[in-house]
Formats: sequence, C-alpha cells, structure tokens
Amino acid sequence: MSEIMGAFWWPFAVILTGAAATYIWRALGVALSGRVSTDSRIFEWIACVAYALLAALIARMIIFPIGPLAETYLADRLGAAVGALAIYFLTRNNLLAGVSVGTVALVALTWSRTIL
Amino acid sequence: MSVDMITRDFGSAPAAFRGGAQESLGVPMMVLCGSYLGFGALVRESGLAIWHGLFSTLTSWALPGQVALVELYSVGAPLLVIASAVALTNARLLPMVMTLMPTIGGAHAPRWFYYAAAHVVAVTGWAAAMRVCPTLPNEQRLAYFAGFSGTLWIATLGATAIGFALADAVPAYVTLGLVFLNPIYFMLVFASDLRQRSRMLALVFGAVIGPPLYLWSPEWSLVVAGLAAGTLAYGISAARGARK
Repeated sequence: MSEIMGAFWWPFAVILTGAAATYIWRALGVALSGRVSTDSRIFEWIACVAYALLAALIARMIIFPIGPLAETYLADRLGAAVGALAIYFLTRNNLLAGVSVGTVALVALTWSRTIL
Repeated sequence: MSVDMITRDFGSAPAAFRGGAQESLGVPMMVLCGSYLGFGALVRESGLAIWHGLFSTLTSWALPGQVALVELYSVGAPLLVIASAVALTNARLLPMVMTLMPTIGGAHAPRWFYYAAAHVVAVTGWAAAMRVCPTLPNEQRLAYFAGFSGTLWIATLGATAIGFALADAVPAYVTLGLVFLNPIYFMLVFASDLRQRSRMLALVFGAVIGPPLYLWSPEWSLVVAGLAAGTLAYGISAARGARK
C-alpha cells in the first residue's frame, strides 16, 4: 500500500487509521455512558495497559531515541530527565517549571560538550 | 459523586461557550501548547510534512497516541501494529468520556452534539469540566465544555504548525529541546499520578521492559510492553487487594 500511495499520501492513511482507533473509544464512551459503571475492573486494566505502553514509549524515547536526539549523549538525556523530575517535585508539581528545566538542561548539556 | 450546586450562571448557553473559551486561556493551555510545539517539531524531524502534523492534531487530538503513531511510523511499523498501539494508548478515553457525559448532559441538544463534543475530550478540558460544569445551570454545561475544549483544540493546531516551523528555523540545539519536550512532559504528568498502586507498577514495569523489548522488535515492542507490563501490574495489585 505504502508504495502505491507514496510518501505524501500514505501517512494520511496511517494518521486516519490512528484517528479511527482513537475516536472509536470516544464514541463508545458516549454510547455506554450511564449504562456501565466506570468503577468496573476492566477500566483499571485498560488504564494499566495504557500507562505501561506510554511508560515504555517514554523510556525508549529517552534511552534509544530516533531522529536528532540520537546524536545527544545518554548521560545528558538522563541527567536532564532527572533534573526535570527534581524541579517538578521541588516546585510542588509545577509542570511548566519541570518541562522548561528538563528541555533547557538537555540543550545546555549538549551545547557545553561542544565548547569543552 | 457530589451533589450539583449551581453557584455560577453565564446567563445563556452562548455566553457559557464564550466563558469556557475565555477560561481555557491560562497555564494549562500554555503547557498543552508547549507539548504540541514538541509534536510539531517531532513531525518535521520524522520526515513528515506539516499537513500530516495538522491532520493528526485535527483528527486524533490525543497527544500520546499521536506521538506513538509518529514514532512507530518512523521505525517503519506496519499499519496493524500502529493501529493496535494507538488503540491501546487511547482506550483510556473511554472511561473519561463515560464519566464526563452525565456532567455535561442536560442541555436540550441533539444527540450528535455529544458525539461531536466527545472528539475534544482530553485531560485538560476534562478536568476543568468535571470541576466547573456541576456548578452551572444544566443548559450551559455542554456549551461551557465545548467553548473550553474547542479553544484548546484550535490552539494546539496553531502550536503544531509553529513547532514544525520552529524546528527548522532555530539552531539545531534548540530543536533538540523541542523534540525532548514530549517525553519529559509525559514523564512528569505520570509522575504526579503515583498514588494508585496498580498504575504505579504499570509505569515502572513498562519503563523497565520497554527499552529491551525495543531492541528485540522496534515495531512490536510498544504493544507487547503495554499488554504484558499492564496486565502484570493489574494482576499483582488485584491479587494483593484480594488477600487483604
């Protein structure tokens, strides 16, 4: 399929498939609302699977990144991540502060290696 | 569930829509737009076009799934794998929409309004609506939510485009920071939600087995890690809960 549609149209087909895989849950949510309890165990399992999948993705993006991050040092990425967590907890869950410190730290660490 | 206490009144549904739009402007919007800047940059660095990024934000509007899709696309994963990973990532929207609907219900709106509103359900707008809507008269609730979340949705479209443009316009070091935004953002969002044991275990197991599984199979690792680590975490906490 990807060969026929080419590098411009094929991603649209992929994104549309992803959108369908997303909207189906939203539509089901409207349809089932008021009929099924959200306290049920299946929803706890769904949450666990989503959390585990995303944790795997985040860990992979930090440890084995693809794209431009692949050229940075693992130690810098881990250091920036730990710094972001530290600031986040020190500022009592201030997302803006944590995210800013984490990204700026990676940029600064990477840059510092070019001048040392 | 708390008993509804009508303490605010915008006067009419259109006014509630505008009120919701106004109240969406703030720190949560800044953080959300920041992470969509990162998504826009990720789209460019993955070799995709700006239209792909905008189309994704327009049609999916659930950032974790969008990031997973672009990352899996970059490693050449087959469509079935991408669809499964996105579906597993976004299944959490189901209970969110289910709990939101009674909160924004009560307006004399056609059914399809609610199906349309469900498209803009995401954590930021959901949390605001769960807090504010019970304080509003029935007929203003859906309008408030639509104004609030609809504004966030439009803003993230702009942020996607700006992130895409920035990734090429700024020095390579700054692009690194933009692409690094998403993993850091998600990591912190999850770090604040560690009270529930099953979810904490799911995060830890997923983070531990995710990278080695990636070396085994770049394509299947996310789906396998999610199902295996998530089920294990659920099983352990369910077994512990039962023993009490």
